[in-house]
Amino acid sequence: MKSLRFILPLLVFVVLLMFLWVGLSLNPREVPSPLVGKPAPAFQLARLDDPAKTLADKDLRGQVWLLNVWASWCTSCMEEHPVLVELSKQGVVPVYGLNYKDERSAAREWLARNGDPYALSMTDADGKVGIDYGVYGVPETYVIDKAGVIRFKQIGPVTPKVLSEHILPLVRRLQAS
Amino acid sequence: MRWVCALALCLLPTLAGAKEALPAAEDPALEQRLMRLAKELRCLVCQNESLADSHADLAADLRNQIRDQMRAGQSDEQIKSWLTQRYGDFVLYRTPVKSTTVVLWFGPFVLLLAGLAGLFLYLRRRRTRVSQLALTPEDRARAQALLQDVDADAAAR
Repeated sequence: MKSLRFILPLLVFVVLLMFLWVGLSLNPREVPSPLVGKPAPAFQLARLDDPAKTLADKDLRGQVWLLNVWASWCTSCMEEHPVLVELSKQGVVPVYGLNYKDERSAAREWLARNGDPYALSMTDADGKVGIDYGVYGVPETYVIDKAGVIRFKQIGPVTPKVLSEHILPLVRRLQAS
Repeated sequence: MRWVCALALCLLPTLAGAKEALPAAEDPALEQRLMRLAKELRCLVCQNESLADSHADLAADLRNQIRDQMRAGQSDEQIKSWLTQRYGDFVLYRTPVKSTTVVLWFGPFVLLLAGLAGLFLYLRRRRTRVSQLALTPEDRARAQALLQDVDADAAAR
């Protein structure tokens, strides 16, 4: 009974410490998206390469694809860019770009300079489609399955680790089903 | 000269504010309703600011969208659910009571009650223990001797 008096506060302290530890290791900027598991919001947007043509979400049904939100003004997009270029060379999964609140000329110049990993990019000049997708910090990347359902969302740059541990295994699983 | 500078400084904020106040001139009632709603919504870019206060681009875009929806006759609740569909409950400063938030809402009160119950039990046990303590004649004699010692010390001084 006497030993309990000393062990009990220690246990409470350890539990408290665990809560604080978990709390500190969470990233408050990563807000879980309510869209994962839901149909990807519909869109029909002008293409970056040719504004006369449009691309709609329906055009991409029947395949697994990635939607990458990017902009020429976005500095962390530079960080993930080599990863996307490398991915596009492998040809495992098509990446479609959502050019978010950008200027067409600046965006095209950016792609010409840094390489274009996108099967196609579309322009979301006023950011409305971005809002539909719950974008709040560029870059963001979505994995969308054959039926047009969002399966995964990466907030912030895609790192080689995220790609090999989360995105690619998921893509393979979705492609097989 | 000095008071001219002071006056200019006083007027400066009103001049700076004039540009942002523009949309309010169009429809003050709508703008008021927007601000009231936006105060309850969190900006996702600067997470400690409300959508009403934030200067982030996204906050301005969202305010515009909310304005459009209000003009289209959407209720505050409809607008809130439109936002939570996209950004989750995180945008709401008032967390809704749901199965996942029950602990958050009522956990502190449960802990408080548990603490009070613990304190009550402890105090009751202590009181019975103190009242059960009876002094033996030896204890009394010892106490008496100690008190006499103290008295003797005081007298000597």
